[in-house]
Amino acid sequence: MNQQTVAYDSKVEGEVIVTQADAVINWIRKHSVWPMPMGLACCAIELMAAGGSRFDMSRFGMEVMRFSPRQADCMIVAGTVTYKMAEVVRRIYEQMAEPKWVVAMGACASTGGMYRSYATLQGVDRIVPVDVYVSGCPPRPEALLDAMIKLQDKIGRESAFKNLTARKASGAAPAPEMAGAGKVS
Amino acid sequence: MAELAATELALLQERFDCLTERESADHLAVNCPAAKLVEFCTALRDNFGYDMLVDVTAVDWDAQSPRFTGIYHFLSLSKHEYLRVAVDCADDINPTLPSLCDLYAAANWHERETYDLMGIRYEGHPDLRRILMWDAYPYHPLRKDFPLAGIETPLPAADVAAQTGASVLPAPMMGGPFVSSGDGPMSQTEPRARDESWTEKKEKPTD
Repeated sequence: MNQQTVAYDSKVEGEVIVTQADAVINWIRKHSVWPMPMGLACCAIELMAAGGSRFDMSRFGMEVMRFSPRQADCMIVAGTVTYKMAEVVRRIYEQMAEPKWVVAMGACASTGGMYRSYATLQGVDRIVPVDVYVSGCPPRPEALLDAMIKLQDKIGRESAFKNLTARKASGAAPAPEMAGAGKVS
Repeated sequence: MAELAATELALLQERFDCLTERESADHLAVNCPAAKLVEFCTALRDNFGYDMLVDVTAVDWDAQSPRFTGIYHFLSLSKHEYLRVAVDCADDINPTLPSLCDLYAAANWHERETYDLMGIRYEGHPDLRRILMWDAYPYHPLRKDFPLAGIETPLPAADVAAQTGASVLPAPMMGGPFVSSGDGPMSQTEPRARDESWTEKKEKPTD
């Protein structure tokens, strides 16, 4: 079969579905994102609203908020990360099982926001690799939903099988890229 | 109001002749020498009805001497009166003040905060640790000689710093802090009226 898109033909295949490992793995992963709310400031209030019935994240398959990093695979950093808290955020990120993703929700988590100060980490991407940034101060729940849907799209484009075998071969997770590590401002 | 404050000041000075009146825009304020502070505050609590310590803070006068002044705000719940007490620190390099923790439980965290941000040591405090910044932080950020953007320092956790390569860096001020001067029409005084298009990469143009 030459085509990249694999269609199911019931006459030919009967009860067998031919597909790619990536397509299956990504399909499973993207529809069962388990977010961990890293609520640090007012963005967490909007995050709660997004999880509640009015905005209802569960319509898109990511409502299973887990407060333990062991049971989650997507950390939503919602709020201002101080240098004192940065250590905690990093440790919680490390406690999450692979594969894992990070969403920087709001101006503070993305860039430090209005806190241009001695105490505030200027963007959580200096300590953890961020997949999706959400603008806003705080972002509306719709913006967070959009970010989560974008994250699903991103998960859908991953080379899941290749990553998996690479990880097995090297015996450890590939070192995540930090967008702003050691960035001199 | 002013009469009440005047009689209150007279009553306080009758008992403590070391007190002097302090310039104040709102309620009664007095200067008190550091040596008399604990005795004075004990009397405030037990005899004058100031049963609540609302705030403990300090002022950094920069180049002046004495450089640091400790500030205490008391409230009397029976008289509905505030009282501000100001105490100069004798030492400009290692400022110290007596702790009020034994008199007011509220002093504990307030004194820790003032120690953290201003660097005033409170003698007799049961647990004088930093409360906002991490324990190993080497500066006192609210002092006048500390830049708002911060000073480069290692992260509190060495292993996280080693893994991520991150450190505490001065924040990019991007032409800020953005404060309106407030002395004209908003179209001219608000930050957006000025050219704030420079960033840390594109330097601010010099006139």
